[in-house]
Amino acid sequence: MRLHVVTGKGGTGKTTVAASLALALAAGGRKILLIEVEGRQGIAQLFDCPPLPYEERKVAIAPDGGDVYALAVDPEEAMLEYLEMFYNLRRAGKALTKLGLVDFATTIAPGLRDVLLTGKASEAVRRKDKNGHLVYDAVVMDAPPTGRISRFLNVNAEVAGLAKMGPVHHHADTVMKVIRSPETAVHFVTLLEEMPVQETIDGVADLKEIGLPVGGLMINMVRPPILPEADLGSAVQDELDVDAIRMGVKAAGIEDDAAGIAQALAGEAADHARRTALQEREKVRLADTHVPQYELPLLNDGVDLAGLYEFAEELRKQGAA
Amino acid sequence: MKIPPSFDIDTLIDDPNTKIIVCCGSGGVGKTTTAAAVGVRAAERGRDVVVLTVDPARRLAQALGLSELDNTPRPVQGAEGELHAMMLDMKRTFDEIVEAHSDPERARQILANPFYQSLSSSLSGTQEYMAMEKLGQLHRSGAWDLIVVDTPPSRSALDFLDAPERMGRFLDGRLIKILMAPAKAGGRFGMKMVTAGFSMFTNAITKVLGGQLLKDMQTFVLALDTMFGGFRERADQTYKLLQAPGTAFLVVATPERDALREASYFVERLAEERMPLAGLVVNRVHRSDASRLSGVRSQAAAETLEARGTHALTAALLRLHAERMQITARETRLQESFTSSHPTVRVATVGAMAEDVHDLEGLRRVAGDLAGEPTEPAA
Repeated sequence: MRLHVVTGKGGTGKTTVAASLALALAAGGRKILLIEVEGRQGIAQLFDCPPLPYEERKVAIAPDGGDVYALAVDPEEAMLEYLEMFYNLRRAGKALTKLGLVDFATTIAPGLRDVLLTGKASEAVRRKDKNGHLVYDAVVMDAPPTGRISRFLNVNAEVAGLAKMGPVHHHADTVMKVIRSPETAVHFVTLLEEMPVQETIDGVADLKEIGLPVGGLMINMVRPPILPEADLGSAVQDELDVDAIRMGVKAAGIEDDAAGIAQALAGEAADHARRTALQEREKVRLADTHVPQYELPLLNDGVDLAGLYEFAEELRKQGAA
Repeated sequence: MKIPPSFDIDTLIDDPNTKIIVCCGSGGVGKTTTAAAVGVRAAERGRDVVVLTVDPARRLAQALGLSELDNTPRPVQGAEGELHAMMLDMKRTFDEIVEAHSDPERARQILANPFYQSLSSSLSGTQEYMAMEKLGQLHRSGAWDLIVVDTPPSRSALDFLDAPERMGRFLDGRLIKILMAPAKAGGRFGMKMVTAGFSMFTNAITKVLGGQLLKDMQTFVLALDTMFGGFRERADQTYKLLQAPGTAFLVVATPERDALREASYFVERLAEERMPLAGLVVNRVHRSDASRLSGVRSQAAAETLEARGTHALTAALLRLHAERMQITARETRLQESFTSSHPTVRVATVGAMAEDVHDLEGLRRVAGDLAGEPTEPAA
């Protein structure tokens, strides 16, 4: 795989997973570019470095050698670069900025904005050095959310349809070729909750329909069941033996209000059991998509830099990278 | 520990002067659910309410009786009091503005233009603009005693405030007039720009966009000409409505770093714009009825039992509790840091639910929790 596009519903940890995937792919001495397109500087925050300029910068080193570079694409800069690269029009670009065309193209018309962003990613995928070697072994893109992903990736097909000839048409075609290539994979980050799962299922169907390559489902914040199955069953029915728990609590040396605590613990168990049941139901629904699944555990303290490396390790173990 | 002043939803919805409640926040924090829950509660407490949602999850939409996207408020079956709900159809709202502001022939031309078709459904900000537009319409109709609005899903909560202005500026602006210039040769802008710059400009546009796309755009812009001035003015009007007394903003977040950061930006921005903030709603907060048993102590107790090999169930439950307390501690830290920088912002929390909300009963529970009514233990 040369281009990994990572999408997910808001709040599912899309940026975190994209960054971990980049780290996982870098392992073994490879060079990976991680691209951010939504201007949130989420990557800089994750890697604990100052805001990224529109420039490829090394942000992390994989455990056994290998580099992760990151780029926050600024649509305005990308537009000027695009004008220069294809038409040698940087000066005109400045005039266009004044007139609001760049503003229009980059903030108002997401179609045009998406053309620039996908264009930048496909340029990085294809870029070669002086010796004709590919500069990056793979590119990971922290892409827009699931609700927008098929439109985002397919924008160049639309553009190629609107502008039927000329350089724009040609460029759009080139980008579409990269995106449709068998070396591209679109990954969905989801939680085992109803709404994100539904969006994922819809997103996978949308992509398949327009013939774009689906990679894997990255299931984030999975909580391993702490209770044995039989107890989960009783917990969900609120049938745990509160009296036995009270005795256990006392036996563990918690004398003060053992009954109250036992009651609360049983309640928390019921909550946990319901959640586990929901997770199982949602897993089954995801399995129906027949897309490979990878699981990342919930980190109770939130994800920090160490968490990223932990996730990268998980992804490698499970064969996602 | 920093304790924020508490936000009381009932005071807000019981006040007859509250006419509009806007729920905003970053994507995935439960804005739609919050808006719907507030609507349900307000109706039950005697207000005549309409909830305007933008992009509800399918089952929540069904709970509100929104099986189709028809851009008109529909009564919510099974709700107590007067509760209506509607789902925004942004293309249709756009079409309606065009139809209302041009003669039938011209409207037909605009609606059929390929550039309009692509623009009306894909311009970023269209959703925000049309949500504002619809809010303005509902407000002007005078048919509702209280309007609860859910804002469009977007990267940043601020988009809701900025996008309409930006889009109005674009639709009324210089750029679009310049695109028309070749068609209206020698227009005001043409004169000003009869220099090297101008030909460079048109050449660049033609080169980049291709002649045919430019022509589509020009046809569209010419057809839309009659409506110019209108877009920006309308956006300005709705903006003023948001500043007026009677409007209240509810900023919604989850106890996560990113969501609270967005909430912070939004709170600061509202203050700058002198828009009335009612409070912050923190959704999906983990709570415990045994919070007097700390995570550390619970963990140690679990280890004691495990070492002895007795009370396996209790040991597992103690571990579960320790984990929950760890999550609670992280969430509390994040909320405290929000309150440190915004000490006057009122805060209400809604507990994490084991399952998603997709019926009126669930919405009532969310609203009850938001109002600070005691919930079932650990639900």
